[in-house]
Amino acid sequence: MTNILIALVVILTIAALVQLVRVNELLSEITNKDTNAVTDDDNKKNGILFLLTIPLFMGFVVWQMVTWDHLLLPPASSVHGAEIDSLMKVSMTLILVVFFILTPMLFFFAYKYRGKKGNTAYFFSHNNKLEVIWTVVPTIILTVLIVYGLKTWDRAMNTNVSDATVIEIYSKQFDWTARYSGLDKVLGKSNYRLVKGKNVLGVDMLDKNASDDMVVKEVHLPVNKPVLLMFRSRDVIHSAFLPHFRVQMNCVPGLSTQFAFTPTKTTAQMKESEGDDFEYVLLCNKICGSAHFNMQMKFIIESEEDYNKWISSQKTLQNTLTLK
Amino acid sequence: MSDHHHKETFITKYIFCTDHKMIAKQFLITGMFMAIVGMLMSAIFRVQLANPGEASVLYNLLPGGWLNEAGGLNPDKYLALVTMHGTILVFWVLTAGLSGTFANFLIPLQIGARDMASGFINMLSYWFFFIATVVLLSSLFVESGPASGGWTIYPPLSALPQAIPGSGTGMTLWLLSITLFVVGSLLGGLNYIVTILNLRTKGMSMQRLPLTVWALLITAILGVLSFPVLLSCGLLLLFDRSFGTSFYLSDIIINGEALHHAGGSPILFEHLFWFLGHPEVYIILLPALGIVSEVIAVNSRKPIFGYKAMVGALLLIAFLSFIVWGHHMFMTGMNPFLGSVFTFTTLLIAIPSAVKVFNYLATLWRANIRFTPAMLFAIGTVSAFITGGLTGLILGDSALDINVHDTYFVVGHFHIVMGLSAIYGMFAGVYHWFPKMYGKMMNKNLGYLHFWGTFICAYGVFFPMHFLGLAGLPRRYYTNSNFPMFDGLSDINEIITFFALAGAIFQAVFIFNFVYSIFKGTKASKNPWKSNTLEWTTPIERIHGNWPGDLPVVKRWAYDYSKPGMEDDFVPQDVPLFEGEKEH
Repeated sequence: MTNILIALVVILTIAALVQLVRVNELLSEITNKDTNAVTDDDNKKNGILFLLTIPLFMGFVVWQMVTWDHLLLPPASSVHGAEIDSLMKVSMTLILVVFFILTPMLFFFAYKYRGKKGNTAYFFSHNNKLEVIWTVVPTIILTVLIVYGLKTWDRAMNTNVSDATVIEIYSKQFDWTARYSGLDKVLGKSNYRLVKGKNVLGVDMLDKNASDDMVVKEVHLPVNKPVLLMFRSRDVIHSAFLPHFRVQMNCVPGLSTQFAFTPTKTTAQMKESEGDDFEYVLLCNKICGSAHFNMQMKFIIESEEDYNKWISSQKTLQNTLTLK
Repeated sequence: MSDHHHKETFITKYIFCTDHKMIAKQFLITGMFMAIVGMLMSAIFRVQLANPGEASVLYNLLPGGWLNEAGGLNPDKYLALVTMHGTILVFWVLTAGLSGTFANFLIPLQIGARDMASGFINMLSYWFFFIATVVLLSSLFVESGPASGGWTIYPPLSALPQAIPGSGTGMTLWLLSITLFVVGSLLGGLNYIVTILNLRTKGMSMQRLPLTVWALLITAILGVLSFPVLLSCGLLLLFDRSFGTSFYLSDIIINGEALHHAGGSPILFEHLFWFLGHPEVYIILLPALGIVSEVIAVNSRKPIFGYKAMVGALLLIAFLSFIVWGHHMFMTGMNPFLGSVFTFTTLLIAIPSAVKVFNYLATLWRANIRFTPAMLFAIGTVSAFITGGLTGLILGDSALDINVHDTYFVVGHFHIVMGLSAIYGMFAGVYHWFPKMYGKMMNKNLGYLHFWGTFICAYGVFFPMHFLGLAGLPRRYYTNSNFPMFDGLSDINEIITFFALAGAIFQAVFIFNFVYSIFKGTKASKNPWKSNTLEWTTPIERIHGNWPGDLPVVKRWAYDYSKPGMEDDFVPQDVPLFEGEKEH
């Protein structure tokens, strides 16, 4: 019944609107021959609206920047992340400056050059000098930006770090598992066909490097020590995203990917500046199925002492698999 | 050839019609229908995003409560909606709806041809598109749901029905539908290219082509070169899904079962997909920029500034669009050196883009602007192109992409630069050429209401998304309430949803105006905008063959507006040069 009523209301509203618009058009046909021709008055109204758009739009942008500033990610907690942040600052400043010049200019021109009867536009079809200027200037700015960007990229992507803690991050629908390489700093080989029972990562226990590996559900890292993350996936593509460290890498089935970084702030330090409920977290950033939105693992950055204490309390894979 | 008035029945006039103008309308109406479907989908999932956990209460307000009866919007259905929204908007609305409509409508009319090179192929192109539409929509009703692995359908997610319900029958239908779609758009594209190259009327040299036609030509070339790659990409996926091959699959355990696939790589899929996917962005954008160039020149009563630079920029953008696809894949683990190359080529696109923006601004400078609804939307396009283009400098820079990749920053960026620019361009085109399509005027005041409502709401929706992205929020999350770090973001999500729903209402104004004007609109005159291009020299009544007598002969370029020494502020293209007059 309600459905019929709703349908009826909709139909009647549309019918009323048709009549309203029709009456409006007929009325203006009496006074003005061509109802839908644009008049000077229309030009003025829309011109003024564009003029008003400048403060309103710019104000809206500034309001967002001020109001939501505290929601943005805190400064990076990693060495390469700090460099990315500086590059971000430079790029963001540049695009905001261009934005705050070009957008008001566009709307101001719309207002200033609104049409009036009797006015004639200025016939201006090209000007080589101007065109060269506005091709060359962006080219120079972009060259600087590209060079700066690529230098930062090269450093961020460098995985050739000596003395790093080596950890495998293993993804599946819908959780993460991590494997530490143990004292030998080499991860044991793995094969997806060996996944069975407690050996959730399919580690090849015949490989002598495997026995001291440790499988955990929470990653602890010593502060200011480089770490090399190696990514694997069991089923579909996932993406390991550690926003606070400016780290992201896809986990692709059949392919090994990696990312190296050095954390610079402990979780405790971050809790002081960001609030008690702060945690470093690894999330999934590539659509992977129903529970994509809830795929997380905690990262804890701590002093080297605390880290050593924690790591020495972890069971090796050899122990886990042989214990009944 | 002048006698094209053979007898028309209802079927040959409205259904299996070979007249390019009718085919254009068929594309337009189908595109608009799909736009409504896609927009309603986004309205439904925006309600969920703003009210995690309580959305079902609001869904009860939907007539009949059908969504809740079907079990509410669970994460699987959410992903299905997101996927279908993307597919529909990217391919159905902004590719077929935009190019299909305006390439068909404008190419013969603006180059002075009686019809497309092959009217029959043109008709086939629409009907392939139509069947693709039916197949895609039917996938909404299969038991396991439509495709739901994102519009980019990355395997293995899209290859394995065990991974997500939508990868079952829904995905098969998606692939079938896209195959039909590609066939349709290839038939159309080849036809557009052949027509533009061969059927230009006397005097219509390439240097005198209106920018719309240039944009449509380059778009068609992009489509013909890139869509076959999508086809092969989809075909290999079909093999992996149905015939046990391993092009994209390797080392997979799903539901506890180790699959036999070995040696394939999902990254291969991504390369193939984005080899289409990136040119696709420009297949969407360039027709809109072409339309906008025309609309801005006509309504500024000024020649478009830097015609040659505009054509050059289009060509350069099109060329570069083929060598930047890797910027979608910075985080896939591909060689960082390759990432550097793609960063370089990607940021280069900013140069021709900047040239286009400056040229639009120079066209508006000292103009005599007439604010038709089309002109408002054209200015909206330029604004969106500036706003969205600039954030491309962040995303295209591989180092910065590390932390904004696949976050809401990306969603904000592409919805503004590609979505808004293109849809505004499409609106501009509809308002501008409606008198030519239907012989009626659209209501001006409803047009104003539509523009200002849309303009405000669209920025209200997409601008805040950048902040969600900078806060680290990944896209395609059913809810962000599972991470304490995102708890502060619910306000932003509520604002976005508010504007999204309000924006949807303003689109109803457009639909109303469109339908109303077809039947009850005031009669249009032959050249209501005082425009130079050839379509306005055709009679108001639609005839097969476009011009009743001989084809017009072109004597000048399309942009002689407010030329000094002329009586009127426009000189149509078929008016001969006066004695001593220089061609621009």
